[in-house]
Amino acid sequence: MATQSTVPADRTTGPAGSAAPAVAAGPAGGVSGGKRQRRRGERGPLASFGLHLGLLAGAFVALFPPFWLLVTSFKPRSESFSLSLTADFSFDNYQYVINETAFLTWFGNSLLIVVVTTFLAVFISSTTGYALSRFRFPGMRSLMWTLLITQMFPMAVLIVPLYNLMSRYGLLNQPVGLIVTYLTIAVPFCAWMMKGFFDTIPVSIDESGRVDGLSPFGTYWRLVLPLAKPGIAVTAFYSFVTAWAEVAYATAFLTGEQNLTLAGGLQTFVNQHTQDWHHMTAAAVLIAVPAALVFGYAQRHLQAGLTAGATKS
Amino acid sequence: MADVSGPSKAAAGGGTAAPAAGLPAERKETGPAPTGSRPGPGPVTRLRRGLATHWYAWVMVAPVVTVIGVIVGWPLVRGLYLTFTDADESNVERRIGVNTIDASYEFVGLQNYVDVLTGGHFWDKLVWTVVWTVSCVVITFVIGLTLANMLNRKVRGRSLYRIALILPWAIPAFVSVFAWRMLYNERSGILNAALEGGGLSAMSWLTDPFWAKVSVIAVNVWLGVPFMLIAMLGALQSIPAEQYEAAEMDGATAWQRFWNITLPGVRSVSATVVLLSSIWTFNMFPVIFLLTGGGPVGSTDILVTEAFKLAFQRSPRDFAGSATWGVLILILLILFALVYRRALRQQGDKEGAW
Repeated sequence: MATQSTVPADRTTGPAGSAAPAVAAGPAGGVSGGKRQRRRGERGPLASFGLHLGLLAGAFVALFPPFWLLVTSFKPRSESFSLSLTADFSFDNYQYVINETAFLTWFGNSLLIVVVTTFLAVFISSTTGYALSRFRFPGMRSLMWTLLITQMFPMAVLIVPLYNLMSRYGLLNQPVGLIVTYLTIAVPFCAWMMKGFFDTIPVSIDESGRVDGLSPFGTYWRLVLPLAKPGIAVTAFYSFVTAWAEVAYATAFLTGEQNLTLAGGLQTFVNQHTQDWHHMTAAAVLIAVPAALVFGYAQRHLQAGLTAGATKS
Repeated sequence: MADVSGPSKAAAGGGTAAPAAGLPAERKETGPAPTGSRPGPGPVTRLRRGLATHWYAWVMVAPVVTVIGVIVGWPLVRGLYLTFTDADESNVERRIGVNTIDASYEFVGLQNYVDVLTGGHFWDKLVWTVVWTVSCVVITFVIGLTLANMLNRKVRGRSLYRIALILPWAIPAFVSVFAWRMLYNERSGILNAALEGGGLSAMSWLTDPFWAKVSVIAVNVWLGVPFMLIAMLGALQSIPAEQYEAAEMDGATAWQRFWNITLPGVRSVSATVVLLSSIWTFNMFPVIFLLTGGGPVGSTDILVTEAFKLAFQRSPRDFAGSATWGVLILILLILFALVYRRALRQQGDKEGAW
């Protein structure tokens, strides 16, 4: 605290003049005394300190669980819960997970299912997003409501009938079954998001295209879609992340070690029968790292995308 | 024109159908349409005129309408039907080897609904689900808005803080939940080690009913803050700086500025985000399923995890009961969304105009 309060004294003397140092002696005095002199947008050192303290605390809480997961993944089983940062550092857990379990199969299953789902969802829903954004047509209102309500669907309402249908057509334990299931989530979501993005593209662009003799489809395909690429990327990213992290359907529809996705596979390490925390942490890190990298790449667009989607809904 | 009339009609049918009606309504409307030669010029002319002006819009929405009709509408109708039957593990259609055993469940009318609504179990779960949803959303919103306010200033290391704070979002939730399970571990988790190091007694984080509830809420808040933070940051940045300047000229205090400029400024985004995160939290399956498994003795089970358990973990697997829970959950959510929108509109929010 003492060092914090000396810094302001120097700074406040500048604008405040020679009278300030006496006032700035105490930290409280430093803040209230300097307040009037501070230019707009600046803040007192105490506020700065508090700001950093708050942000640091937040960052610590945010980072610690994944950090601890990472640290633990390098420890042997006996040290899984030791409090030291490293204990018998080794890559044994990773070797075991990759070589001795079906981890890579799970990874492949997840990747296949999620990529196909995302691609199909974006492909199917982009024209709908455009139509909802640009045209007023009979049925539009009900379609909007349908999309909105479908997004609210708890998995509980569809999981039983979907399970029974999948079972009837032999799609349980098949990637196709899960792709179809995930499309029930991804399609309404993507259509809704895309509408938000198309809303941000000025209608004047469409109009100029129409004046030049393009059909509505031509306008969409040649003019608007290229402009909407960032929006499409964000939408695809969202549906990718959603499907990648889905647990309920994956748990219910997939059984048998070779058929699982990552969400199901990770559960096999720690359950009623096994407590292989050391392997679980290694697998968890292997799942989290690619996801975090994709996320890191896309997060620059996140904020723009979110507000576009949110305010326009 | 001829080749597109098919899908566009389907689109019109599905589009105008009430969401819950799904397929049947669509069938009804497409039925007469393809023939096109039915006498009585009224509806046909109207349809033709509609086609002439709106066919491109209908063609554009056709893929989504078809897909939703088939993979959402059809299961939904079947699910609704199941709620009026006594379907369970022993009597649904199933395959054993190459043999298919036909479904033998029977229509029981509203019996499932009567059972669920008159028993206390559903209401117990509903109360906890509401407590869970409200606490999660309120805490997440407050923390998210606070952190967004802190990040929305000139602060050294801003981008680093931002990356650190949204990291929980970057990691798949089911991975993070397992990380938390390690931290919460009663015998040797680091949280208890820290408590004991500080001279306090260890907690039964996941095995005491009360602390298990606190634990699942904490994890869900941890998972939810990044989304709230980013959404709120976007909203804060859309507030024109001139408003703050003017307020400051007029001598408004920091608190007054927050109350009179910031809060109204983030209102419309907040309204949407709170609605979304309420629905997500209400339906939040992985946190509870993976962290506590609903335990101890079902005390942390929310409606969706309980519905899941009815169909997939209890024996015999009660498909009809689970579907009934699912339908009731959906009705609750729709009611909530309607009330929420109406409340917003009464406060003069024009955005929900459609």
